[in-house]
Amino acid sequence: MSAGQLPRWVDYGLIPVLNLAAAFLVSGLVVILIGENPIDAVKILLWGSLGYGEGVGFTLFFATNFIFTGLAVAVAFHAGMFNIGGEGQAYLGGLGVAMACLAMDQYVPWWVTLPFAVLGSALMGAAWAFIPAWLQARRGSHVVITTIMFNFIAASLMVYLLNNVLKKAGSMQSETRTFEDGGRLPFLNDIFPGFGFDYAPVNLSLFVALLACVLVWLLIWRTKLGFEIRSFGANPTAAVYAGISPVRTIIVTMLISGGLAGMMAINEIMGSQHRLLIDYVAGYGFVGIAVALMGRSHPVGIVLAAILFGMLYQGGAELSFEMPAITRDMIVVIQGLVILFAGALEYMFRPALIRLFASGTGPSAQAA
Amino acid sequence: MFDILIQILDSTVRLSTPLLLACLAGLYSERSGVVDIGLEGKMLGAAFGAGAVGYITGSAWLGLLAGIGVACGLALIHGLASITNRGNQIVSGVAINFLAIGLTGLLGQTWFRQGGRTPALPEGGRFENIDLPFVDALSGVPVLGPIYSELLSGHNILVYVAFAAVPLTWWVLFRTRFGLRLRAVGENPAAVDTAGIGVIWLRYRAVVICGILCGIAGAYLSIAQSSGFIKEMTAGKGFIALAALIFAKWRPGNAMLACLLFGFLDAVAIRLQGQEIPGIGEVPVQFFQALPYILTVILLAGFIGKAIPPKTSGIPYLKERT
Repeated sequence: MSAGQLPRWVDYGLIPVLNLAAAFLVSGLVVILIGENPIDAVKILLWGSLGYGEGVGFTLFFATNFIFTGLAVAVAFHAGMFNIGGEGQAYLGGLGVAMACLAMDQYVPWWVTLPFAVLGSALMGAAWAFIPAWLQARRGSHVVITTIMFNFIAASLMVYLLNNVLKKAGSMQSETRTFEDGGRLPFLNDIFPGFGFDYAPVNLSLFVALLACVLVWLLIWRTKLGFEIRSFGANPTAAVYAGISPVRTIIVTMLISGGLAGMMAINEIMGSQHRLLIDYVAGYGFVGIAVALMGRSHPVGIVLAAILFGMLYQGGAELSFEMPAITRDMIVVIQGLVILFAGALEYMFRPALIRLFASGTGPSAQAA
Repeated sequence: MFDILIQILDSTVRLSTPLLLACLAGLYSERSGVVDIGLEGKMLGAAFGAGAVGYITGSAWLGLLAGIGVACGLALIHGLASITNRGNQIVSGVAINFLAIGLTGLLGQTWFRQGGRTPALPEGGRFENIDLPFVDALSGVPVLGPIYSELLSGHNILVYVAFAAVPLTWWVLFRTRFGLRLRAVGENPAAVDTAGIGVIWLRYRAVVICGILCGIAGAYLSIAQSSGFIKEMTAGKGFIALAALIFAKWRPGNAMLACLLFGFLDAVAIRLQGQEIPGIGEVPVQFFQALPYILTVILLAGFIGKAIPPKTSGIPYLKERT
């Protein structure tokens, strides 16, 4: 089961495609199980997500969220860590964005607020990742468990803050006041009216997300820190011998990861909702896990996987409208299956493929 | 005051039961070296299975069996991914949680069309509360009477099963050959393998026991504590159980105490909602909700003793072949 037994294109091309195909095949079986036609379902899903301008706009809006949370999980993966706390970090990131917007929106235009909102979201997300990171680095408590705990602590904290501190005076809703124009990012429909995005909330954050992809690529593959992160992920013991500090690597990686997760809030809070509200993260942090696994932790793969999940979310909404039997829970099922087949059962097809390729290429491959 | 205390303790027992069952489930799995963050999903799946079959057949016992069946099915997926295919156990657990949330919602809506709920259970579909013997005779006795008749008596059978499972688990783990091997396989699978005992088969048995206990926990939620399945009714209990397992340092007796503590916090939070504590003022209910997690993080940080997991938990076993 070691690397090198299969050609590279099989490892990086065929196996992910097979895994994904298995996930969608089982999803199709679930659709049959609830008595609908999977081919029709796929047609509606494709049309709903790509068939018209507003659908594309929603797809890209969801994809923006998933790029941020996917990058967050991927950066931690490169250091051999599993940041399952994207949900809580994004929730806190919302607090950072909201604080910047609430403080500035009445006085300055959006492009002055934006850098502060980005900074606020990244700082709050990173801060929420800091304690689990520190505990992992210094105390050896597993980051998976602590980040799960921090998701729940974040949920309680934010409910408390929204109900008792941030709530608009005299309102029954647990949310902040709505931001003025200075706290709202322009919708892409207003910038590029030609695409016909109509009422889709896709906004300028899409470009922030794509910029983040480029920066993450540069960081991981073109900087010393990135080399340290990858070395530590590949072999922590060897990395220590090479003079890489595990404490520093763990903490810095988790801060970057948490910051990226937090930045999801720019899209949701400053780009679309224009106020901070309860449970706005709505599982997008967890989708990042599926996106990172599917995208093989590479920014290009993550963008593609994020668009695919954006299509599932938008097309799924359309689907639940056209075929009421297929509720939005179907998306969660598909998400689970993708995580199962592309992540946990990653190696399922390998032994068979190794046998297939070994028998096809003769004794030289047998020796490997 | 004494009455209030008894009431809080009574609801502590009720709220601790699902935590305890799930916590013991995780204990078997993790002691064998298979990390399980899918407790939540298995409980949810079982709650749905039990609620659905309990409604259709009108039999609580068949409901319980269905719940166990669903949880074991999910447990076997986890086993397939993490034992046979040597995949990442965390990823597998995450996948199972999603599958459970999605499938219960989807199938619930398709089969019953009540927004993901199962219909209210018919007569016999629910585990009823049992009165222990001599309740009436003893209820008049001061102090001990209320403790016996209110606190110990009047629970459904699954509550007693959960608390009986604690000494049973202790006995299985620390007094049987199977238990010794189970603990050994979590610490040093190569040694177990060398002794001629199958690591894979042993871990699969642990994972299935985990499934059975999660099944009972899920059934408790839908057909004992309430009368039917509600969408996402586990609401993080699987993760609290996981926290309790760490808090208990992977020991059965401690697990019971940890679950009782977390159940007690929950009971107090419900009781204190909107009430003032003299001298402190109103404590936000969110504080009590977050407290189990905060306590676990503090424990993990090593400030209250040290939680050391089984040595090979999370690491798949690869027999040297090449």
